[in-house]
Amino acid sequence: MIYDVVVLGGGPAGLAAAVEAKKDGANDVLIVERDRELGGILNQCIHNGFGLHTFNEELTGPEYAERYIKQALELGIPYYLNTMVLDLIDNGEIKTIHVINEENGYMTIETKAVVLTMGCRERTSGAIGIPGYRPAGVFTAGTAQRFINMEGYMPGKEVVILGSGDIGLIMARRMTLEGANVKAVCELMPYSNGLVRNIVQCLDDYDIPLKLSHTITFIHGKDRLEGVTVAQVDDRLKPIPGTDEYIPCDTLLLSVGLIPENEITRNAGIEMDRRTNGPVVGELRQTSVPGVFACGNVVHVHDLVDFVSEESVLAGKGASMYIKGQLDSENTFTTTNGDGIGYVVPQQVAMKNVDETVTFYMRVRQVFKDKVVNAYIGDQLIATKKEKKLLPAEMVNFKIAKDELAKYPSGEIRFVVEDAKK
Amino acid sequence: MYDIAIIGAGIAGSYIARELTRYKLDVVLLDGENDVGNQITMANSAIVHGGYDAPSYKFKGRFNAPGNIMYEKICEDLDVPFKQCGSLVVAHNEYEMATLHELYQNGLKNGVPGMRIIFKEEVHQMEPNLNPDVCGALYSPTAGVVSPFELCVHAAENAVDNGVTLKLNHLVTDIKKLDDSFKITTTAGDIEAKKIINAAGVYADDIYEMVGEPYFELLARKGNYFIFDKEAGSLVNKVIFPCPSKKGKGILVAPTVHGNLLIGPDAEPVDKGDVSTTSERLDYIKENALKNVPSIPMNKIIRSYAGLRNTPVKASFTTTDGDFILEESPVKGFINVAGYESPGLTSIPAVAHYVVEEIVVPMFPDIEENHEYNPKVRKHLRFEEMSDAEKEAIIKEDPKYGKVICRCETITEGEIIDVIHRSAGARTVKAVKKRSRAGMGRCQGGFCSPRVVEILARELNCTLEDIMYDQQNSAYILSGKTKSAAEEVL
Amino acid sequence: MKKEMTCIVCPIGCQMTVEEKADGTYDVTGNTCKRGPKYAVAEMTNPTRVIPTTVVIRNAMLPRLPVKTAEPIPKGKIFEAMEAINKVSIDAPVKTGDVVIKDLLGLGIDVVSTRTMDKC
Repeated sequence: MIYDVVVLGGGPAGLAAAVEAKKDGANDVLIVERDRELGGILNQCIHNGFGLHTFNEELTGPEYAERYIKQALELGIPYYLNTMVLDLIDNGEIKTIHVINEENGYMTIETKAVVLTMGCRERTSGAIGIPGYRPAGVFTAGTAQRFINMEGYMPGKEVVILGSGDIGLIMARRMTLEGANVKAVCELMPYSNGLVRNIVQCLDDYDIPLKLSHTITFIHGKDRLEGVTVAQVDDRLKPIPGTDEYIPCDTLLLSVGLIPENEITRNAGIEMDRRTNGPVVGELRQTSVPGVFACGNVVHVHDLVDFVSEESVLAGKGASMYIKGQLDSENTFTTTNGDGIGYVVPQQVAMKNVDETVTFYMRVRQVFKDKVVNAYIGDQLIATKKEKKLLPAEMVNFKIAKDELAKYPSGEIRFVVEDAKK
Repeated sequence: MYDIAIIGAGIAGSYIARELTRYKLDVVLLDGENDVGNQITMANSAIVHGGYDAPSYKFKGRFNAPGNIMYEKICEDLDVPFKQCGSLVVAHNEYEMATLHELYQNGLKNGVPGMRIIFKEEVHQMEPNLNPDVCGALYSPTAGVVSPFELCVHAAENAVDNGVTLKLNHLVTDIKKLDDSFKITTTAGDIEAKKIINAAGVYADDIYEMVGEPYFELLARKGNYFIFDKEAGSLVNKVIFPCPSKKGKGILVAPTVHGNLLIGPDAEPVDKGDVSTTSERLDYIKENALKNVPSIPMNKIIRSYAGLRNTPVKASFTTTDGDFILEESPVKGFINVAGYESPGLTSIPAVAHYVVEEIVVPMFPDIEENHEYNPKVRKHLRFEEMSDAEKEAIIKEDPKYGKVICRCETITEGEIIDVIHRSAGARTVKAVKKRSRAGMGRCQGGFCSPRVVEILARELNCTLEDIMYDQQNSAYILSGKTKSAAEEVL
Repeated sequence: MKKEMTCIVCPIGCQMTVEEKADGTYDVTGNTCKRGPKYAVAEMTNPTRVIPTTVVIRNAMLPRLPVKTAEPIPKGKIFEAMEAINKVSIDAPVKTGDVVIKDLLGLGIDVVSTRTMDKC
């Protein structure tokens, strides 16, 4: 058989995209998931704070996932679990996906449209190259989270955390609650990379010190971790001599960034964006290969799952429109990041596919106070978003009405951080 | 009582153990670590050298080229990945070109086949990503890259299959010379053997001093390395060496046999056992690697590590300064295989043959050949390298090959179970990584290490807390269960 | 008394200033929604938190079941609550919202399951 839409990944992005595609009229939708259950990373994110935008209530990760899983099951969307995608091949109208699992063996799946929702992975100690030994006891925060929350094992008792990403902050509290002694969270930058609320309720509540502008300069211990040397860094992020402090610990958790997982995307020859490490996408998350869509953390790393769901609805809609032949392929606008902005998604907009507004997601490069984000086409200011505070950790959500954009025939939309007009 | 005890199960000890199984000898292979090939073998440049460096009067010059020639066959027998990609020693000026000519002449003396001095245009055709300033190179087509730990592990496996007894976690603490044998005291009991082969790497001088007056001394010289994501793996096609200086071979840039990119090593005298990386050294490597390959993407680094060389600083009584020490020591029946640094990996097939035939065999007048010797290990089924039809067939035969555990390297549960149950099988997460590559990819085990711990515990019939990352007892991964209060009731 | 605090009701994290007035009521500024002052006053009088954690589960796909306190509990009771939760074990199957501990520490607040786990 030939599927209408095959979704690669059964996490929050995949579930929302599959549900939307099915609701919007795609008949044969299939989800392929590599783990043993649907829900993706949310299954290990047992903390609360999810769903405030989507459901207007505060849910834990598994609860949030379950709402989407329920919808997918009610719509009768079939799924494969424990199934690994080996490759995606674009043969024009029909795409071929090779997958394997224990039950069905090696399978070839054919489909008209594909939605890529493989999510992201954590940056490792290897990637950041911390000097010192390579003992046991150094974990990415997510690996530790899975061990504790799903498998019921503690990775250690005396803990230092490097990086103030949200998973690191959440794990500081989680390990404290489970009886560990979390001695410090070190952050290289002069600001936190996590949400402010997580600093309050995960660190401040438990008197865990957040050491900003600090890094780990040496890992001690040949077999199991014995301690870390922590030092303050200067403006160029280089350790300042004489500020060294030795902290004995048996566990180091790393929360130093997430990287979209795009091996399948790259191998399929899909155009990538170096700024996001994800594919270049349009307003309905269409990629450079017609019929292939992408959404969620595989496109760019989100801080809130609610925005993943929001984005994934677009991709699901795009996929169903594509198979119905309703998707326009002529890009009207491209987007780019100007001063102060790190990236913008989507990178392209085809106006004929836009309903009422286009939401542009972007991240600022540094902390800004009392600034505005302005959108320009040429020299023409087309929209402004005021923010009291702009943090790299918090994605900016910039909506522009279709009517406003329709005033311009085409061009490049440039987003910049500027002083507010007095 | 064993005929021979080999101390040290690195590449030298493991390969010599295998070579010894050509004869009917009772051999025990001892190591203080929790796995074979866990020190120098685990962290080096992984290069199979052409053999033009060392002078022909040294063992290093004598065994390199013949060892290289033997690689294709041994890697086939032992099922070890080996790529004969060739190497370039590059020159930036006429002065360095002169050095290349010297190396070329030396290579001819050592019997290195196929070398050529090549000039600017051809160099850049071969390696488009080289620094445009490079004006020539010594091209050595027989050089290559190998997986040193897989070679060591498979040699140990083959040795065990052919009758060698492997004893890990047996750290030698004392040796007594008896009348016709040696009593070896280890952290896990005493062992008696008629002869000893000392292949204890950087500790070989300490081991020898347990029985004899010191006559050689080893200096640990540390080298730092970086490994890059496979995305950077095709930046160079060949091993790129700078022109050697008095300090050594310099910082090389090389493809790895598994498709990554490797840069390193520096050289710094350190205390034995110091395998820590340091930021100044890592920066030095980056700087120097960029001199020959300016476009190395430093944001694609997936791991940095350091390894040791065991450099002889005092001459032995039969060989010249700085050479391998391959000889029966003044203590009769005690053979030293020491100072075994580069090109030790390349030379090992030839060196093992020499040690066994020229030193060991004459010690046993009634020695008999082992007609059951099988040089081959059972083939490893590497899922990622299979054709579609083979993949389909293997999952039908064993569904565990349909479950991918390591996403980055596409390593299946079937492959992991296999490396656990082989001779000299994996007992730790690191041992699984060395053998199967699970955890060697860009996520460095983030996703798969919890699964690997589970599989190890299941296959070895123990609890998850029992599974070590590396060293026995001390390199634990998990400190205990959560909710121990409720667990105790159960 | 004046106190600066970050609102944690939602991820926006408003910076608020709370000032206790002579009559014992509070003035809150800096909030962007009405949930802010409610949180601020609670932080001054009786700070509370929802506790998400796990309990031991038997005969399920996983050995741990995620749970949370159905309502926020006083901050000062968190570790006492964890001790009680750590002693509990339950049997699969469990549905989201099922009560795992009734009336935790006599606070009148239940601990509930936050996912469905089938028996296996």
